[in-house]
Amino acid sequence: MRIRDYRQSYEHDEALWPTRVQQVWLALLLLALAAFPLLGGGYLVSLMCVLGIHVIAATGLNIMTGYTGLISLGLAAFMGVGCYTAAWLAQRGVPFYAALPAAGLMAAALGIVVGLPSLRIKGLYLAVATLALQFLMVYVFREWEPVTGGVRGVNVPPATFLGVPLNTDARMAWLIAFCAVLLLIGARNLLRTRIGRAFLAIRDKDISAEVLGINLLRYKLTAFAIGTFYAGVAGALLGYYYRAMTPEYFTLQLSIFYLAAIIVGGLGSLLGTVLGALFMTLVPEVLRAGVAVVAQWVPRATEILSPVQQVVFGLLIMGFLIFEPHGLQEIWRRIRRFFHLWPFRA
Amino acid sequence: MSPGFDWIALAEFAAIGLLSGGLLALIALGFVLIYKGTGVINFAMGEFMLLGAYFFYTARVMWALPAWLALILTLVAVAGCAALIERWLLRPLAGQSVISVLMATIGLASALHGGVEAFWGGRNYEMPQVLPRAPLLLGDVLIPGKVLWSFVLAAVVITAFTIYFRRSRTGVAMRAAASDPVTAYLMGIDVRAMQRLTWIYAGLVGAIAGIVVASITSLSPAVGVTALGVLAVIILGGLDSIAGAIVAGLIIGLLESLTAGYLGGKVRDIVPYVVVLVILLVRPYGLFGTRRIERL
Repeated sequence: MRIRDYRQSYEHDEALWPTRVQQVWLALLLLALAAFPLLGGGYLVSLMCVLGIHVIAATGLNIMTGYTGLISLGLAAFMGVGCYTAAWLAQRGVPFYAALPAAGLMAAALGIVVGLPSLRIKGLYLAVATLALQFLMVYVFREWEPVTGGVRGVNVPPATFLGVPLNTDARMAWLIAFCAVLLLIGARNLLRTRIGRAFLAIRDKDISAEVLGINLLRYKLTAFAIGTFYAGVAGALLGYYYRAMTPEYFTLQLSIFYLAAIIVGGLGSLLGTVLGALFMTLVPEVLRAGVAVVAQWVPRATEILSPVQQVVFGLLIMGFLIFEPHGLQEIWRRIRRFFHLWPFRA
Repeated sequence: MSPGFDWIALAEFAAIGLLSGGLLALIALGFVLIYKGTGVINFAMGEFMLLGAYFFYTARVMWALPAWLALILTLVAVAGCAALIERWLLRPLAGQSVISVLMATIGLASALHGGVEAFWGGRNYEMPQVLPRAPLLLGDVLIPGKVLWSFVLAAVVITAFTIYFRRSRTGVAMRAAASDPVTAYLMGIDVRAMQRLTWIYAGLVGAIAGIVVASITSLSPAVGVTALGVLAVIILGGLDSIAGAIVAGLIIGLLESLTAGYLGGKVRDIVPYVVVLVILLVRPYGLFGTRRIERL
């Protein structure tokens, strides 16, 4: 049962995490994140890296789609832009702490260009436009060989921090976790400002928002820029983590993966984004393990792993949309509510 | 005019382009039907094509049935799938936001695509020939039989649907339900049945298109990707216009064929997407689409 949560000052009321319990849990979580790369096994640490990248990209998509209502089927394209920018800079000796923001800014620049028509087109049309962009960018990644290395892809030199190359999973995990936490806090802060509330107003009814004095073009572009910035950073981290990247990674399927993540987690919720990214990162791993077991009796099982994965993604999207439209975040909220009110019933 | 310019090649590209545009228009018809009837862009259209093509292959080659029986079985099976999808996926989501319904069709596409690949495998099959192959010679211009007959078939199907919507009682009821569901409902039209029919017809159109596309190229899960390119056609023509779909289909077909001829196949693959972006910037409601006026 939650008690003694008195808000007696404005500072307290405005705090990101107002209660002591929340702060303690958060500190514990941060500690766990910091300790995990040392304690976890190789497999778990690699999962953590991938998860962190997924969290960042999904947060960007949720800011665009979940908060502002701008459907994007092209997130992977922006990740690709971020990845290739970081690769290009890293090959020329730019340190990662400059290359990461630069990658984000590059993606955001493209995001603004793509976002410009979003004042006229929205809903289904915007979805189709971003889909078209997705295919166009994959074409660019394949054909612009001097920068992207064509179909063979690029190599990314490892990031170095104070002379230490970040060439192991554990070291990368720290970097990725740091970026993810930083960007999540940034998002949480942003979304409760005027900008964040403008996003929500635009999502719910853009014309009404405009009548209320919200400059649609500016805020839609801001949403695009921030969302694609996150995607760009995620893509750059992806490049630093895998150290080699081909255009085949940034396809429509990846964009759909992130859409699935924010729907499963909960549109318009940062907690949902994290939960959704966690869930969608674990699903393929569970499937792989399951297929490995089944493969003992059915030799063809490993062949159909990737299609089965597609089926599961599709079913998850449809299932959550129909049965739990607010996603995992809503389930979490129900559980939390139960404990808050315990021993009384809701 | 450069002296060595090959006019015959140009005529050939143009003719092939226009004729293959018929097929694009047919697929576009599937999109337009669903958009008009239910206000959704069905991203699973390509997967309807896949289902049609694979069902037909299974019935015709694996079970060695005669072509007409295989075709009927395929159409019945795809219609059944479409009806189930309408009942279990789209109806629970009726009235939800655009994002939800759109994502549902994307989820459906992913599930069906994966299902097809898991069941039949990702490899290429040799599709049995359903269209005559004999080429047509117009002077020096040679037109492959498959392209010509696929155009004829598409034209027949589209014409049949147009007449059906103009003349038949059900067709008129479907149009009524599409243009104003509430009024149609009050006039005694079963709007739900009409929406189910819409999905069934779109499924049938997709299945026919899928069989034809697979028999022109070969049968593989990539057949479904054709439908994403057709998005350009419906955006150009206007989402809710069948006439627009036909005209835009021919235009896109022509564009694709000319770029394939002069710039190569890689460029051809992105033509539809460039067209989409340009159209959305210049004229978002397309050539013949209804201009939407938004009110609070």
